[in-house]
Amino acid sequence: MLSTHISLEDTPTLYSAPSSSTKRSYIWRLKVEQVKLLDRFSTSNKSLTGTLYLTATHLLFIDSLQKETWILHHHIAAVEKLALTTAGCPLVIQCKNFRIVHFIVPRERDCHDIYNSLLQLSRQAKYEDLYAFSYNPKQNESEQIQGWQLIDLAEEYRRMDVPNLNWKLSDANRDYKICETYPRDLYVPRAANKPTIVGSSKFRSKGRFPVLSYYHQDKQAAICRCSQPLSGFSARCLEDEHMLQAINKANPSNRYMYVMDTRPKHRMQSWWASKKDIGRIVVRISSKIWRDEKIRESDEKARLNAMANRAAGKGYENEDNYSNIRFQFVGIENIHVMRTSLQKLLEVNGTKGLSVSDFFSGLESSGWLRHIKAVLDAAIFLAKAIVNESASVLVHCSDGWDRTSQVCSLGTLLLDSYYRTIKGFMVLIEKDWISFGHKFSDRCGHLDGDPKEVSPVFTQFLECVWHLTEQFPQAFEYNEAFLLQIHEHVHSCQFGNFLGNCQKEREDLKLREKTYSLWPFLLDDQEKYLNPFYTPSSQKFTVLEPNTVPFNFKFWRNMYHQFDRTLHPRQSVFKLIMNKNDQNKQLEKEIKELESKIKQQKTRHTDTVLTKESLHCIHADSPALKPSLCFKKEQTLLPVNDAIRTIEGSNTADNRYSEYAEEFSKTEPAVVSLEYGVARMTC
Amino acid sequence: MEFSELIRTGRAEALLLPGPGQPPVRGTLCITSHHLLLSAGHGSPGDLWLLLRNVDAVEKRPQSLRLGDAANLHPPDHFYQQVALQTDAWRLSAVNRDFDVCASYPPALVVPVGIGDEVLARSARFRQGGRFPVLCYYHTTNGTVMLRSSQPLQGANRRRCAEDEELLRAVLALGGGRGLVLDTRSAQAVQQARITGGGTEAKAAYPGWKRLHRPLERGRPLQDSFVRLVEACTDPSLSMDRWLSRLDGCRWLTHVKETLTAACLAAQGMDREGVCILVHGAEGTDTTLLVTSLAQLILDPKCRTMSGFQSLLEREWIQAGHPFQQRCAHSAYAQARPKHEAPVFLLFLDCVWQLSRQFPLSLEFGEGMLLAVFEHAYASPFGTFLCNSEKERYLCEVKTKTHSLWSSLNQSKERRRLRNPIYTPNPLALWPSVEPQSLQLWAGLFLRWTRPPEPAQEAWEQLWRIVTEQEGGDTL
Repeated sequence: MLSTHISLEDTPTLYSAPSSSTKRSYIWRLKVEQVKLLDRFSTSNKSLTGTLYLTATHLLFIDSLQKETWILHHHIAAVEKLALTTAGCPLVIQCKNFRIVHFIVPRERDCHDIYNSLLQLSRQAKYEDLYAFSYNPKQNESEQIQGWQLIDLAEEYRRMDVPNLNWKLSDANRDYKICETYPRDLYVPRAANKPTIVGSSKFRSKGRFPVLSYYHQDKQAAICRCSQPLSGFSARCLEDEHMLQAINKANPSNRYMYVMDTRPKHRMQSWWASKKDIGRIVVRISSKIWRDEKIRESDEKARLNAMANRAAGKGYENEDNYSNIRFQFVGIENIHVMRTSLQKLLEVNGTKGLSVSDFFSGLESSGWLRHIKAVLDAAIFLAKAIVNESASVLVHCSDGWDRTSQVCSLGTLLLDSYYRTIKGFMVLIEKDWISFGHKFSDRCGHLDGDPKEVSPVFTQFLECVWHLTEQFPQAFEYNEAFLLQIHEHVHSCQFGNFLGNCQKEREDLKLREKTYSLWPFLLDDQEKYLNPFYTPSSQKFTVLEPNTVPFNFKFWRNMYHQFDRTLHPRQSVFKLIMNKNDQNKQLEKEIKELESKIKQQKTRHTDTVLTKESLHCIHADSPALKPSLCFKKEQTLLPVNDAIRTIEGSNTADNRYSEYAEEFSKTEPAVVSLEYGVARMTC
Repeated sequence: MEFSELIRTGRAEALLLPGPGQPPVRGTLCITSHHLLLSAGHGSPGDLWLLLRNVDAVEKRPQSLRLGDAANLHPPDHFYQQVALQTDAWRLSAVNRDFDVCASYPPALVVPVGIGDEVLARSARFRQGGRFPVLCYYHTTNGTVMLRSSQPLQGANRRRCAEDEELLRAVLALGGGRGLVLDTRSAQAVQQARITGGGTEAKAAYPGWKRLHRPLERGRPLQDSFVRLVEACTDPSLSMDRWLSRLDGCRWLTHVKETLTAACLAAQGMDREGVCILVHGAEGTDTTLLVTSLAQLILDPKCRTMSGFQSLLEREWIQAGHPFQQRCAHSAYAQARPKHEAPVFLLFLDCVWQLSRQFPLSLEFGEGMLLAVFEHAYASPFGTFLCNSEKERYLCEVKTKTHSLWSSLNQSKERRRLRNPIYTPNPLALWPSVEPQSLQLWAGLFLRWTRPPEPAQEAWEQLWRIVTEQEGGDTL
């Protein structure tokens, strides 16, 4: 039974059927019968009964209807054993992909066994124990290598026209000598020499000196990224100043550049107050710029005054090295705030019997959408600086691997339509997240480690992208399923891409030899992830200018309730349109085939053959025509089938409405409550 | 001044409609300084020469609309004929032909076959505004029925009415023996209503009927909710938190949820439990219609077609006596807020929109249709939503003096705007999810003017393109 294909209709997962070579690992370690699976939102304790299996990699539940639910151990975020009830021992499993399952195991001992096994299996201490190292998708070695070579970042920089006159490839970090968390190949301004790089890296936290992330060919402006400077109150670093000058000079089309600090101001100020050794770029200067910024924002009169002051050389102490830099603060909160925010959000939407009012006030108090908006706002600022002012931008936060990655990747997504294609999005993730050292393993808790390091930074990025796809339905080649699938595999540890915290670590783990890359598998399944509305030709979508007024932000139901099918729309438009598109293509193909057949017929001349062939021709034609007729038929049939499959509420087996049925016939109702599509009568 | 200066268009293709019974003449219309000419071609005998001085009056009529269309489009007895195809247990009663029995009911009503008109008249006296229980939906699959009425005038001393009880007994006898009274007020509100002469069906008096309270907001609180929502939606200076708290505070989506829930419950009772449903609130012209019309949309595939939806609106809202004139006099911005105003009909449209979001393939009409109906309900060059009841419409001769909205909407040029390109008939009931996570703000309406609508419209256009290409392919 276990070697059957995994048919997860509700999840577009890539768990291909366990191949024969790995079958051994699918032999269950534990099998418990008569286990009940409760519906998360059902108000009565309606359940499915089935058998629970525990394999080396998955938890499997097969209910009486033979429907299988597979849960990867690595997806499990928390297991909880609740107090014993008359029905048995409840076991609640929370997953990183926001699936929550609630089992009731008849015997407490079994429950305890499962609980302990899951605790061990879901928290690995070593990378080598992760699923990716045992996963074998039946690829040979060359396919494996090709898979890893699918995304080539050097190629990507060439696409941006780098190296060029102003930007060069630096070999300074070839052996990870300067910065362990950066990739080997780094692109820097041509004017930046080795001493500058080394000096600047010493001045920056974790050695993450300013490097090129994206180069805008038309505007000649660059997006650079780094970490915060390690300056105290008066510290200066000439090399770092040179570095910034070099970046500025590398852009001939604008004489000033922006430095974007993605951290909120109030936190910065409290840091100053506590005089910690974490500061910002030369405080003295920035305070000047602060005033400058204020003046810029204020009314016209103040602006004129400022200009007069500048002309008279007053108000600005001295022209120094940072004079052509404008500082911009955007308030994105740190990883701890984000973690708590998501926890609050999940708490709210996991509540049984949630009212509309509780939902909205919970959504508000979690602050989640506020954070999403902050990230997007920062990205918009970045894109505007490049497009409208042709100014280069240097982005940093504290360590330059969380908020910086978010802002850089979203900013380039707005600027460059290439990243809105399936392949381009993979490149974007590979470049701004994986290669620049977003700590995937720490942030996703791949290994049993510090829970304070876990944070949904990447999830937020995906949610921002989703919000963009909602606002620009025609601008993206990929759809929501693609984003969800990537989210799934960031946590699944099934592929090597997201393991480890930086490129050096990945090389040490020999991931390219021992594991497989996710991207070729996603490309193979492309059709599932295509957006039927995508119009790549439209000129309007070269640069996206999203509107971030609050009412454009909404709760992402398909992410946070991906597995709670009862909450979803019952019919999918995407599917239908993709079908129609396919049918259009199919019809075109048939026309071509028929045309080629006609040509073939014309070339054959023998009399006897002709008569035979002409007869045959009719036969040959009719089956070809038939399918197109069948299409029509199928089309009218399709919705019915489709409806039965997708309209859950219309299925008589749907437990929620039948709950009402039993109660109805039983007794005289005193109060009837219908909650969340769950009708229930209490007597 | 030369006459020719006044002639802007000298020639035009035209169609002459000589009169009833005669074929139209197609030809070229030509205006000269003194004559109006219509020529059908070389030497045709029917050429028209009209001296301009002879023209007494010129009238421009709206395109392809004709007065009196409304009656033909959705004839009042059409519904009965549909029911009669299924069963002969119900009859068409003309007891209200002069609007004597009930001022807010239409002349033709469907009632159990064994109940005479005098029983109906007595029952009407026991119901507020004379709205005695009438059939509004016959569920074909199991023969259960849905009725609507107003509250019984039970009063503090618990009056009873034998004829009313007889009527409802007859309904149960026809529809399976079990019934459910869905009261759209809370039990407490019913208690209060008793003091002022209202009330609800007493269990003892109506054996077989159970009672269920699903309080739905109407009147002032609903109007306030609407106003607060629109205020929030038109304030772009809000922060994220403020926006969410105002969205929460206006409670509009709570009303949507409650309404859908009540309608689901009624539909579920009929479809799954096989009980007959009687829906009423107080007057039976607001929340009652919300529940009955939505339940029909959920259960009946016919209501989800373009014409079916129009006849649903015609039957369950216009003819059923929803006082459009009172409820929809002002929208959300009015300074004065008369007590009788409430966006009940808008709430209905919002619920339909929620259904269309969850079942995007199952409704033949698109968001454009809902928006058009919303606009015309509040201000319209058509007579469809005029007046408060059929009686008023009859007195004002609305049907003969105004044009029907439906015939305007059914013109082929409106197709792309109103219809759902991906409609595929779905014979099943639509059971929506009513959890807060599944309900959305109707951005197409409430945020219509506050955010650029282009991306959504373009996607809609593209959807049409994909689908029409497909149809083109099919015909190959």
